[in-house]
Formats: sequence, structure tokens, C-alpha cells
Amino acid sequence: MPKKIRVLIAKPGLDGHDRGAKVVARALRDAGMEVIYTGLHQTPEQIVETAIQEDVDHIGLSLLSGAHMTLIPRVLELMKTNNMEDVTLSAGGIIPDEEAEMLKAQGVVGVYGPGTPTQEIVDFIKNTVKRK
Amino acid sequence: MTEQNNEVSALAERLESGDRRAAARIISMLEDNDTGARDIIKAIYPKTGKAHIVGITGPPGAGKSTLADKLTRAVRASGRSVGVVAVDPTSPFTGGALLGDRVRMQDHFTDPEVFIRSMATRGWLGGLAKATKDVVKVMDAMGKDVIFVETVGAGQSEVSIIQAAHTSIVVEMPGLGDDIQAIKAGIMEIGDIFVVNKSDRADSARTVSEREMMLDLNQSKAAWRPPVLQTVARDNKGIEELLVKIDEHMVHLRDSGQLDDYFKKQVRAEFEDLLREELAKYMLEEYTAKNVLEKVLEKLERRELDPYSAVQQLMEPLCKK
Ligand SMILES: Nc1nc2c(ncn2[C@@H]2O[C@H](COP(=O)(O)OP(=O)(O)OP(=O)(O)O)[C@@H](O)[C@H]2O)c(=O)[nH]1
Ligand SMILES: [Mg+2]
Repeated sequence: MPKKIRVLIAKPGLDGHDRGAKVVARALRDAGMEVIYTGLHQTPEQIVETAIQEDVDHIGLSLLSGAHMTLIPRVLELMKTNNMEDVTLSAGGIIPDEEAEMLKAQGVVGVYGPGTPTQEIVDFIKNTVKRK
Repeated sequence: MTEQNNEVSALAERLESGDRRAAARIISMLEDNDTGARDIIKAIYPKTGKAHIVGITGPPGAGKSTLADKLTRAVRASGRSVGVVAVDPTSPFTGGALLGDRVRMQDHFTDPEVFIRSMATRGWLGGLAKATKDVVKVMDAMGKDVIFVETVGAGQSEVSIIQAAHTSIVVEMPGLGDDIQAIKAGIMEIGDIFVVNKSDRADSARTVSEREMMLDLNQSKAAWRPPVLQTVARDNKGIEELLVKIDEHMVHLRDSGQLDDYFKKQVRAEFEDLLREELAKYMLEEYTAKNVLEKVLEKLERRELDPYSAVQQLMEPLCKK
């Protein structure tokens, strides 16, 4: 049996909409991945601990709250403390270009703006995981 | 090979000291049927057999995950550690799965004494029960005191997962009216405790009395009459009472000697399954390699041979004394 790609889709922060996250989760499932979905209002600690226990290949964060410049670096930091070099992180939401570049410099492998076709996200995650 | 052995024993050691990343890695190896998986089980087997395994089954949306969440809270309050295995179906069309049981269990994500793992059914065809049992073993070896296994109660492989638990909880909710379904699925026979969740709903009392009636009809000489409890898992109501029954059931198993029987049965079933599987695999590979299989299959297709005789012929060299 070929190894399944496991992805955690998490929603950190305080905003209360997860429609976008659910659409992405479903698209990844339809592409044959195992998607762990954890619901709203996750702290970076909860996200990283879940990623550990579920042994995922990739974490996809969905943010609308505008707190991405604190939440995402915190998740990256926790991933480092836990030696999760083999796990990649991407983020979707309203993130201005220059901040997206800063996040990428810190280790985020992909940033998707609103309206990114789900197929693009699916392909991106597939290729990222395959490359490892 | 030795390198792999070293890796395996290092992982097993880390697991025993409660290392969550080692546990997670090992579970993935078991799920992927990785070559190291077998060695892992060899290494951890002596450490297993201590946890209380509690199966939670029932129709979609009955509240199984919410119950598992609230039960976890209650078990933690009693000072014990918890493992949760939440099984959700793999899509037969895409091979993917959406594993959402964790949504109800958020409170426990950062409790180091709680380990939760979501599992997809994948294409196991009956092998699911084996994979689940192996994952339970990992959490057992890790030292978790109580392990909850959540599955949707449909199909044979789910039933066999639940049969592998010490205590099986069948969760229902009011107004489903699927008594016939329940009997058909053999759920009446496997439940040690029945829970009518969502008892905040009006018709819950009727569901309870229907269940009680069926259990009375079903009455065997067994010393344990499955209780029927009401819960409102969402509001944490009835959970303490449920945990009391779960613990009582374990005491009952111990006192009545059924726990010993359980282990005997489990060990035997597991051994027989594995032997059957390995033997069949070995034979198929052997006869494929020797080009025998193809010829036999051709004869079968042409109806020159029947399957019983074919198997008998292939078995002959094995049966020689
Ligand atoms: N009214 C009411 N709703 C409840 C109760 N317990 C759970 N729910 C709700 O029922 C829905 C399903 O709960 P889950 O715990 O996800 O049910 P489940 O059986 O695990 O569902 P699957 O894993 O999808 O089969 C959720 O919206 C819960 O909030 C309850 O006691 N009363
Ligand atoms: Mg559930």
C-alpha cells in the first residue's frame, strides 16, 4: 500500500468562519489525502501537538483574523522546538505580499491568497510532500 | 537490516518512556504496513495488555466523539491517562478521508496524558480490525490507562473492532427507530453498555424503554445485564454515571474470570488470523513464482478443475507427514 499523504488543516485565531478551510479540506480529501480537521480557534500549541500526534506531512493554516504575523511565526517556532524538520507549513488567507515574503523567509513553503483555486493548493501540497 | 533493527528498538524505547512523536511514527508505520511494523510489534508486545480498552460505536452523528471527549475529561479527573483512536471512513472513490472527530476533543490537545489519533479505514477489507488493534497496542505500550476506540457501527470490520474491546458502548440517539437495523447488525449482542445520548430530546425516554425491552427479550444467562444510560454529552450530563458503569464492567470481567477468557480468546484469534494470512500469502507467492498458480487458474476457468480439488492439490506437499 503506497504511503498516504496526511495533512492537518487548522484554523488558528479568533475569527469564526471556517468555510474556506472546509472547502480546502474536502478538496484535499478528494485528491486522495487523509485530512485531519480540528475546527475553529486553535492555539499554535494545539496545532503543533495535533500535528505531532497525527504524524502529518503538512500543516495548512487558514487565517482571516489578521493576526497571521504573530500566529504563523509562533507555529514555526514550536515546530522547530519539536524538531519537526520533516513537516512543511503553508497558509491561506488575506496576507499582503510583503508579509507573505517575510513568512516565506521564515520557513513557510506556500502562501495562498483569497480566491486561489483549490486545485492549485492541492497540487502545491502534493508536490511539496513528494519532494521530501 | 541491523540499521533498521536499531531504529526500531530506539523507537520502541522512546515509546515506553511516553514519547509522543515515537508513538505517532510507529502508528504510521503500522498503518502503512511498513517493513519495520512487524519488528515494532515484536518489541512492544511484552509491554501490552494493561490498558482498559473501551469501544464506542453507533450511527453517524449520535455523539460518539462528544462522549469520548467528555469521558476523557472524567477519566483524567480520576488521575488516569487516556488514548483515543477515532476511525472514520476512507472514500472508496478517491482513497482520501476527512477525519473530523478531533473537532469535539480540542480541550485535550495539549494534555500530555492524552494521546489522540485519527485513523482512516483505508482499503483494508477486514484488515482494519488488525490495524486498529495494533494502534491500540502502541497506546497500551505507551502506558495509557484507558483507550477509547470510536467507530461508526456499520459493517463487519467495525463489529470486530468493537469485539476486541473489553467494554463496548453502543451509542444511540432518540428518534432513529432502527430497532431492526440494530438487531441485524448484531449490535445487541456486542453492547456491554447502551447509551441513549441527546437525552435532552423529547422522545429519549421511549428510546430507553425500547432498548430495555429488547435487552430483556435478548436475556441470556450472562451475569452482566447491559445497563441503558441516558446522557447529554454536549452538556456533560450523565458522564460520571457512565464512567462508573465502565469501571464496574471491568471489575465484573475480572471477578467473573471473563477477563482471562478474553485474553485467551484474543491471543488465539490474533494468532490464527496472522497464521492464516501469512500462510496464504506464502503459498500464493510460492505457486506464483513456480508458475503453478497461473496453470491452475486456467484449468479452473476452463472448468477442468474445481476450486476444492485445486486447493487440495496445492496443499498436498504441506500435508505430507
Ligand atoms: N442535542 C444534543 N446534541 C448533541 C449531544 N451530544 C452531541 N451533540 C451534537 O451532535 C453532533 C454530532 O456529535 P459528534 O460527537 O460529532 O457525533 P459522532 O457520533 O462522533 O459523529 P460521527 O463521528 O460523524 O459519526 C454535534 O453537533 C454535537 O454537538 C447531546 O447530548 N445533545
Ligand atoms: Mg465522531
